[in-house]
Amino acid sequence: MTAELGQFALVLALCLSLAQAALSFAGRARNDRGLAGAGQGAALAAFLAVAIAFGCLIHAFMTSDFSVSNVAANSHTEKPLIYKIAGAWGSHEGSILLWCFILTAYGALLACSRGLPSGLKALTVAVQGSLGTLFIGYMVFASDPLLRLANPPVEGRSLNPLLQDPALAAHPPFLYAGYVGFSVVFSLAVAALIEGRVDSAWARWVRPWTLAAWSLLTVGITLGAFWAYYELGWGGWWFWDPVENASLMPWLAGTALLHSAVVTEKRGALAAWTAFLGLCAFTLSMLGAFLVRSGVLTSVHAFAIDEKRGVLLLCILALAAGGGFGLFAWRAPRLKDQSVFAPVSRESALVVNNIILSAVTTTVLTGTLWPLVLLAFGKQGGVGAPYFNLVVGVLMTLAFLILPVAPFLAWKRGDALGALRRLSFAAAAAFGVGLLVLLLTSPRKGLAALSVAVGAWLAAGAVTEMLVRVRAFQAPWPEVGRRLSGLPRGTWGMSLAHLGLGVFAMGAAFETAWRVESAEVLTAGGGLSLGAYHLTLDGVSEAPGPNYDAERGVISVVDRSGHPVCTARPERRTYDTGGQTTTQVAICPKALDDIYIVLGERRIAPGGGSSWLVRAYWNRWAHLLLLGPLLMAIGGALSLSDRRLRLAPGRRRTPAAVLAPAE
Amino acid sequence: MNLARPAAILAAILCLAASSDPDERLTDSRQEARARALFQETRCLVCQGQSIDDSDSELAHDLRRIIRGQVAAGRSDGAIRDFLVARYGEFVLFRPRLTATNTLLWGAPFLAAGLGVVLFLRRRKTRDAVAALTSEEEARLADLRGDDAFDTLPPESGCNKAAAITER
Repeated sequence: MTAELGQFALVLALCLSLAQAALSFAGRARNDRGLAGAGQGAALAAFLAVAIAFGCLIHAFMTSDFSVSNVAANSHTEKPLIYKIAGAWGSHEGSILLWCFILTAYGALLACSRGLPSGLKALTVAVQGSLGTLFIGYMVFASDPLLRLANPPVEGRSLNPLLQDPALAAHPPFLYAGYVGFSVVFSLAVAALIEGRVDSAWARWVRPWTLAAWSLLTVGITLGAFWAYYELGWGGWWFWDPVENASLMPWLAGTALLHSAVVTEKRGALAAWTAFLGLCAFTLSMLGAFLVRSGVLTSVHAFAIDEKRGVLLLCILALAAGGGFGLFAWRAPRLKDQSVFAPVSRESALVVNNIILSAVTTTVLTGTLWPLVLLAFGKQGGVGAPYFNLVVGVLMTLAFLILPVAPFLAWKRGDALGALRRLSFAAAAAFGVGLLVLLLTSPRKGLAALSVAVGAWLAAGAVTEMLVRVRAFQAPWPEVGRRLSGLPRGTWGMSLAHLGLGVFAMGAAFETAWRVESAEVLTAGGGLSLGAYHLTLDGVSEAPGPNYDAERGVISVVDRSGHPVCTARPERRTYDTGGQTTTQVAICPKALDDIYIVLGERRIAPGGGSSWLVRAYWNRWAHLLLLGPLLMAIGGALSLSDRRLRLAPGRRRTPAAVLAPAE
Repeated sequence: MNLARPAAILAAILCLAASSDPDERLTDSRQEARARALFQETRCLVCQGQSIDDSDSELAHDLRRIIRGQVAAGRSDGAIRDFLVARYGEFVLFRPRLTATNTLLWGAPFLAAGLGVVLFLRRRKTRDAVAALTSEEEARLADLRGDDAFDTLPPESGCNKAAAITER
């Protein structure tokens, strides 16, 4: 019964989205507040309808209702409850439903938001409704998540065991909340282009949505990379796989958008460019959905390959993006750009940031789509990590060198020398870190030490910026404290995000250059050395789990002087359903490092006993890779909370926030 | 979008980072390091987007054996890459070489950056023109006051300036 209710709710949601689009457009065209209000009501109702359908699907998963095809294919009675729920978005159909749920949720939020002029708001709600119609229509006609089976099986086929993981259960909701968050920016951009007004007021409305989507996407990507790190057992965290690139592209475009929107908001410049980036961010999100879902690119994560669906998704992409960019080409030339600024100014620095981020996005896009380009010429080919690492590495290094200087430049006309003078401490700190890394780590790698120094330059620059703002070491300390508490949250947010980026860059450079890897076939009692550590396989025992059997190794880790560091228990699991085998990595955190141990397959030792392939990595500074993005996401959230305060008129503001220049 | 994961990946995991299997390693650690670097940029043609460094397929095993053999025999990296390309085509390399077709690939980032710079400079130029008008306006003002400054202006911008002034 619930499945039918859900299907009914989906059809209803399709009608409501259509009504949302039609009523809101009509409301704008006739300047009729009643019609526009009805459109907003339809947006709320569409969200409720999709939420009911989503609830029905989760209910079907929780009760293991195998008469629903989706549940039968992706669930199992023995699965823990959390993975039964997560199974609801583990399949293609379920993930599209999640996508629509979030899309309509943003639509409802938009309908409830205050402050937008009524005309622009009606148009934005209308465009959001059109997007909803496209995606809900796709779901209703081609990808029914609640399809019934005529002959339900007794037991389900279970969710891929690799997906049965807490980080991965949370990964899709965050990722989609990020992807789909850009749909609001897309709608706002289209609406502003129709109105013919892209100005600083518009940029101010765009920023909170961009910040929210960007922060959620940052969390989503980090969760995915973290999952790949400990679940895949390759010791790596980013493989430049098409599926990973698909999530990186909207993030890069969103980052560029965050920065260009600041210029548009504060200075009224780059208006057309900001609108363009707003269109790009969601287009790249949709492109990602298409790439992942259609299987046009071979990926280690390839899944749910279905050509008919691929073509339909491509049509949706062409329709939405074609409409958006077509409108842009028609309207953008009329947009006025009022402000003037010098070559050395904060505007210019942010333009350089945008140029570099666009070049990086282009690189990732070209590299990801390259197999398709070659296919058009009748060739086979593609690029991998070596290409991306080189090009993206060089471009981002350029951006990182400029980044700390930008906040010290004034709008309109900046003083580069003065900015550099204020950053001399940061430069010295970065140089010191680089030198220490060069001298203290072996083997000695100059270029890698330089990369770590660039990361340190970013981090130190962000800290310096805060210190200068509060006049630390200059003003008396009580005044510094007063200034510190008076800083707007947006400033904290920016500095935290930049600090996080620096932390991440340091971790990425260090981990990549100095990861130590070791592997041996060990019998019980055998040992292997891993850089500064020594590992001993004490034994392997059986360890049955809820829906799998496992072999569990006990490996003791000691450091050079023989002090015990930890006892690791990596597992090798064989799932009852499907007979798939996965490795459960054991990770010993040690300061900033991870000691990462994988138990491989059992082999027959020469003497006749059993032996195991044990593989171990010493992932140095690996924790920075998690800490950095976390700081960035927190920074985004802080900025967002600041915007809210400013956007809601009439609310009490702290006097200090009024005194400090709002950035 | 790392929503769903595949049977394909499983094959990979069962046999993770197979290349460091002790049974296959070269005794000379410097040669082994070179071989590993080559593995990482060689595509495992029968796997999905994996390098032969990660894959445990039979082909990857064979390729690793051949490459290790060639490294041990003292052939250069370039010669080994040429050998691989001759045998399997350009597809086998993860880092494509700079050939005619690949110009676009390597050029794309620079093209994008260049386009950005050009657009920015053009924008600046028009801004400068607007800014320059103010000084021309002064000249025009001077002219109106009876000075000869108008003669020194290029005729075209003089017209623009006149138009601009009329607009105001």
